This record gives sequence, structure tokens and C-alpha cells, in this order.
Amino acid sequence: MIDFLNSIIVLLNFIIIPGITYGSQLAIGALGVTFVYAILRFANFAHGEIMSFGAMITILFTWFFQSQNIGLGILPTALIALPIGIVATIILCIISDKFVFQYYRYQKSVPVVLAMVSIGVMFVINAIIRIIIGTETIKFSDGQKFIMKAKQFKVMTGLNEGLALKSSQVITILITIALLTFTFWFLQKTKTGKSMRAFSDNEDLALLSGINPDRVVFITWVIVGVLACVAGTLYGLDKSYKPIIYLNLVLPIFASAIVGGIGSPFGAVVGGYVIAFSEIMVTYAYKKFFVYILPSSLEPSGLVQLLSTDYKFAVSFSILVIVLLIRPSGIFKGRVL
Amino acid sequence: MKFEKYEWVAIAIMVSLFIFVGFIQGWSVSLVILNMCIISAIMTMGVNISWGYAGVINFGVMGFLAMGGLAAVIVSYPPITESWKAGGTGIGVSFILLVILVTAVMYINKTVTDKRNRYIFNSIFIIFGILVIRHFYLDATESIEDVNPAIAGFLGGLGLPIIFSWIVGGFFAAGVAFIIGKVALGLRSDYLAIVTLGISEIVVSVLKHEEWLSRGVKNVIGLKRPVPYEINLQNTDWFINLITYLNSSKLNNIVDVSDRQQVLNNLIIDGSGIFVKLSYAVLFLIVMFIIFYFANKAQLSPWGRMMRAIRDNETAANAMGKDVVKQHLIIFVIGAAIVGVAGAMLVTLDGLFTPSGYRPLRFTFIIWIMVIVGGSGNNLGAIFGGFIIWFSWIEAAPLTTFIINQLTAGLEPTNAFKLHLLDSVPYFRYLFMGLILLLILRYRPKGIIPEKVRHS
Repeated sequence: MIDFLNSIIVLLNFIIIPGITYGSQLAIGALGVTFVYAILRFANFAHGEIMSFGAMITILFTWFFQSQNIGLGILPTALIALPIGIVATIILCIISDKFVFQYYRYQKSVPVVLAMVSIGVMFVINAIIRIIIGTETIKFSDGQKFIMKAKQFKVMTGLNEGLALKSSQVITILITIALLTFTFWFLQKTKTGKSMRAFSDNEDLALLSGINPDRVVFITWVIVGVLACVAGTLYGLDKSYKPIIYLNLVLPIFASAIVGGIGSPFGAVVGGYVIAFSEIMVTYAYKKFFVYILPSSLEPSGLVQLLSTDYKFAVSFSILVIVLLIRPSGIFKGRVL
Repeated sequence: MKFEKYEWVAIAIMVSLFIFVGFIQGWSVSLVILNMCIISAIMTMGVNISWGYAGVINFGVMGFLAMGGLAAVIVSYPPITESWKAGGTGIGVSFILLVILVTAVMYINKTVTDKRNRYIFNSIFIIFGILVIRHFYLDATESIEDVNPAIAGFLGGLGLPIIFSWIVGGFFAAGVAFIIGKVALGLRSDYLAIVTLGISEIVVSVLKHEEWLSRGVKNVIGLKRPVPYEINLQNTDWFINLITYLNSSKLNNIVDVSDRQQVLNNLIIDGSGIFVKLSYAVLFLIVMFIIFYFANKAQLSPWGRMMRAIRDNETAANAMGKDVVKQHLIIFVIGAAIVGVAGAMLVTLDGLFTPSGYRPLRFTFIIWIMVIVGGSGNNLGAIFGGFIIWFSWIEAAPLTTFIINQLTAGLEPTNAFKLHLLDSVPYFRYLFMGLILLLILRYRPKGIIPEKVRHS
């Protein structure tokens, strides 16, 4: 029995909690990509850099608040700076739309052209971030680092295995729940949300029934800004902020959005968790788990690891390819592409 | 072929840029930029063939370049016999098993018609097969990587002249492109972009971590050159005579013998560096012209016309009896092969293979900017885009430094803002690239040298 509990704790500590945290970050990111895809109908390669921009503004204001000795005690200071970051990200999104994307929308350009344009935007934002903050790795989480340390847990329960719970993980999960609830409530219950869904479903019919396309696009960019900034900041808070990482993060985010069914918000969220869990589960060494759960005669000799951790990023694309082969519309039927 | 007037202007601009840099920054710098420009132009032509001719998007440039680089290592590095002894059989057995597995899966796909049964059989075979292969494979790779890890630790290559790798690199990239094409072509274009981008990341991460094959992040250095080494040139009689002859007027003016010898030695050292770069440039130019010639021939041929038809209206082309899926696959593979050739040339020029150096920003997106800026569907445009973008990528830093210094001339040299700006000079090139791309897409969406519309 104790062994069984121990094995569960091992799974919780190394797979489930990190999986949920990373999955939440991917889910919020993928939700942003999905919104752009569903309303504006292009694959936004700049999304990673928008996330990075939001995180950067948050970091700059975190530093400012820290220098002014304003803080939240045990919670990280970044939480006060986050709203300012969100506003800045929204402004960035609106500016990029006004000066760049709008022209192609009015021209009714094909999606590939818009994707190319978003690459241009990606380069520009990328440069702005690097010019402002450099390329160094930045740790900006302060306050209490752990809610529960592995040692405390061992003493408390008397088990062999410890369960560590970082405060950044709990914050990530709580904020994700709040944000997702709000987004889905907004989409399902409010008039604006409904008009957005109608616009995504059938643009001509939506225009015919008097929905103002410019307003829908504006609201979309606001939501995308909020989602991107929160996702970027949470990722930076949990791991650490490094501008170069966000470009690599774009691909798992795209993978999440496509695996879940592109254009479907719920699918994007599920896809985020699918990608995160498969990345972690495929590259985790299960030896410790089997040592507890199997009788000692059957104990495995190797690490019981499917793939080395080096291939973490490759896993998400492999899943993407497999899903495309088996079910091109994604898990939750999005648009068939 | 005949060039239009504006095309001659473009060629003149390209040539004069290098002459200009040669006089301002020295011929050595000019040739370094020229060599990379030629390689970029070849990459751009590769992408341009699939995108410009047929509208097939290829965001896997980085992966195909890396495959070309791998070819350079495998062709030119001397074989390491101890590694072969240690793990050769294991690798061989796992390769044969992999071939058997793939055949089995293909056989199942052909014979089992029921969809659910097919998935079940496939997954059983694949999981079981992978477990068996892993058993042989892990032992073999471990023993290979244990052989003298400081200088070897991989299988080595064939020890042939590196110039063969340019062809082999094309074939390597074509092989990978064939698999990708089989899986992913047929998706809508922006979707295909994401998938090819993802698969190229997989290719690079395999090269990064399979140390038995490519030495991984430990890099392969000291690849043999196709051109002479500077140090050998400096001791060759005909080269010394050549330099003496070229500079005879200058040397005759110096009366003192030891001074004269000193000047001559310096000239020989400079000259040998330039000679090596010049020989690279000649080799690369030959490859570039061959590819340019055949790409143009192909574009003007009935096959090229069919490709344009497929690009402009897939349904109509299909109705005319053209096999769109097959032609898409063919042109994707051809484009990737040309990129692979460029990848092998890139490693040849550097003399080293660094898998961790392959980053999508530098090797996929910049190449795409070259294609868009130059003009998709026009080979001369592709070359022009490659030259101009690489040139501005390199010359952005000196230009930015100059501009910042001019703008902040009123500030003190220790001003924090000015110092910060000067520190971030290398990042301004990304800003320039983004702005160039956005401006071209807005005001000249067909590129600087657009595709020629032929009515014949």
C-alpha cells in the first residue's frame, strides 16, 4: 500500500503537476493562435513574439515596482505588473493590425500571404525585444518560491517520496482556470462573443446580419493580447524569461492548436494539455515508478524511458504529424483544412 | 536567354556592390560576403522552384540544409574503423530491421482494408518493432560513442573529396523531402508551412542528438577543403611568382632588399587568403550558373508551363488530366534537393559541421525573405534576393553603428542610452529584415524582379 502511494506521488511530482502547468501555458497560447485563425483566418507566426513582448513589459514593470519596494509579500511582484503588460500587449496587437494586417484583410489576400506578413511582424517584434532587453536569461519570480517543499511533504506524510509544489505552478493553474472560464463565458453568453462565433462560422452571413467586422476584429485582438501576455508571463515566471525560447515555443503552440482542431477554442485548450503531457510522458524515465509498483523480482534494469529528453520538442511535431495523418480535422472537429 | 533592361540593372547593382565593398572594406571582406551570397542565392533558387513555379510552400529549408551538411561530413570525413568494429553490426542489424518494419507496415496498409483493424495491426507492429530495434540500436550507438569520444565517437565518413558531397547532399535532402512530401503534401498551404517547419526541427534535433552519426553537439571540425590551403600556397613557387609579377611595379620602387622581401611576404599572405576565397567563389559560381541554367530551361519547358497551370488553378489542371499530387511531390523534392546542395556547400565553405547552429530564424525565415523580396517565380529574382538580403544582413551592423553615432552625436560618449543602443547593434538587422519584408509585401508584392508573364 505504501509502495502504491509512493508510486502515485512519483507520478504526481514528475508528470502530472509539471504536465498541467506546461499544458496550461500551451493552452492559453494555443487559444490565442486559434482566435486569430478563426476570426482573421491566418496562421500567426508572430504569436510567440507577442507573448515574449508581453512578458518583457511585465518584467520591466516588475523591476520598477521592486525598485519602489512595492510587492505582494509571498506572491510574485510580477502579478501587479501583469495588467500593465496586458495593456501594452493589446496596444501592440492593435498597432500591428492597423498598420499591417488590416491592409491585407481589406485586400482579401490569401492566408499564405498573411502568414508571410506575420513573419515580417515577427522579425520586427523580435528585434524590438532584443534591442530593449537583450538576449540574457532573466529570472523575475520573487516572493515565496515553494508552497510545499519535498522535504516538508516527506515529514508530513512519512512517505519515501516528496511532493514539491512551486508557487509559480499554482499561480499558473489558478490564472488559467480563471482566464479560460472567462473566455468561454464570454464566447457563449455575451452578445459580442456570439457575434464573434457567428463571424468565424460564416463571414458573409455575419456581415449580412449587421455584425460590424471591424469591431469583431478589434475585440479579437484585445483577447489575443490578453491571452498572449498572460501565457508569456506565466511561462517566463515558471521557467525563466529568455527571448529566444519563445520562437521555439511557437511550434508546440501551433501543434496544440492543430491537434485540438484548429479554429475550435475548446480543442486548442485540450490540444495544449495533450501536447504537454505527451512531451513529458514520452521523455520521462519510469524506473522509479516501476520500482515501487512491481515486485522486486520484476524490477526493470534500464531507465524505462521511451525517448531521451533531448527529443522533447520533437515529440510535439511527431504528434502533430500523426494526428494529421489519422484525423486531419483534429481531435475536436475544427475546420477541415 | 535574354534579359530585360531592368534585369541588367539588377545584375549591375549586384556586381557594383561587391566592387564598392572591395574598395571600402577590402577585397577579403568582399569575397567572404560574395561566397555566402552565392550560397544564399542557390538556397533561394531551391525554394523559388517549389514556391514560385508550383506554389508548394517549403518551410523546411533548415532541415534540408542540415541534411546537405550531414552529407558533407559523411562523404569527406575519413572512416573510423574502430567505431565500425565496435558498433557497425548493431547499426546494420537495426537498419535492416527498420527496413523490414517499414515494409511490413506498407504491406498492412495495402492488404488490410478495414480501417480499425489497420490501425490496430499497425500500432502493434510499430510498437513491437521499435522495442526490438531499440535493443540492438542502443547497444551499438553506445559502443560507437565510447570509441575515443574526445576526437571521434562517431562512425566517420567515406574519406572521399568533399566536392562529391554537393551531389550527395542533394540526394540526402531529396530523400527526406520525399518522406515529408508523402506525409504532408495535400494540406492547405499555411498548414503545410507549419508542418514542414516542425519536421525540419525534428531533422535538426536528430542530427543534434544522434552522436554516432553526426557527432551531435560536439561538432565535426577540420573537413578537407576542395581548394588549396593558404599555408601551402605561401610556399609554392608559381604563386610567389604570380604575386611578384602582379605587384612588380610596386616592388621595383623599393630599393632596400630586406624591405622588399618584407613587403612581398605581406603581399603573399594577403594574396593567399584572397586566392582561396576566390577559388571558392569560382566553384560556387559554376554550381550557381548550372542550376540557374537548368532552372530556367525547366521553367520555359512544357513541364514548367504545366507547373504554372497547377499553381494558378489546381482544379483546372486536374481536369486536364495532370496528376497534381504527383507533380507537387516532384517539385517539392527537386526544390529540397537544390537546398541540400547549398547545405553541403555551406559546410564545405566553413570546414565544420555544427548541428546546433541550424536555427529557423537564420536558415528558414531569412531564406524566405530572400525569395519574397527577389521575386517568386523568377530565377534571376531569386539570385538577386539572395544577394541583396545577405548583403544587407551583413552590412546592417556597420550601417546601424554609423546611423546611431550620427543620431546620438549630441550625447556624451558615456551616456547610458547611447551605450545601450550601441550594445544592441547586432539586433537591428532583424528589424531591417522585418521592415524590408513588410514593405515589399505591401508595395511590391511580386518582388523586386517579378515573374515574367509570357503570352506564347
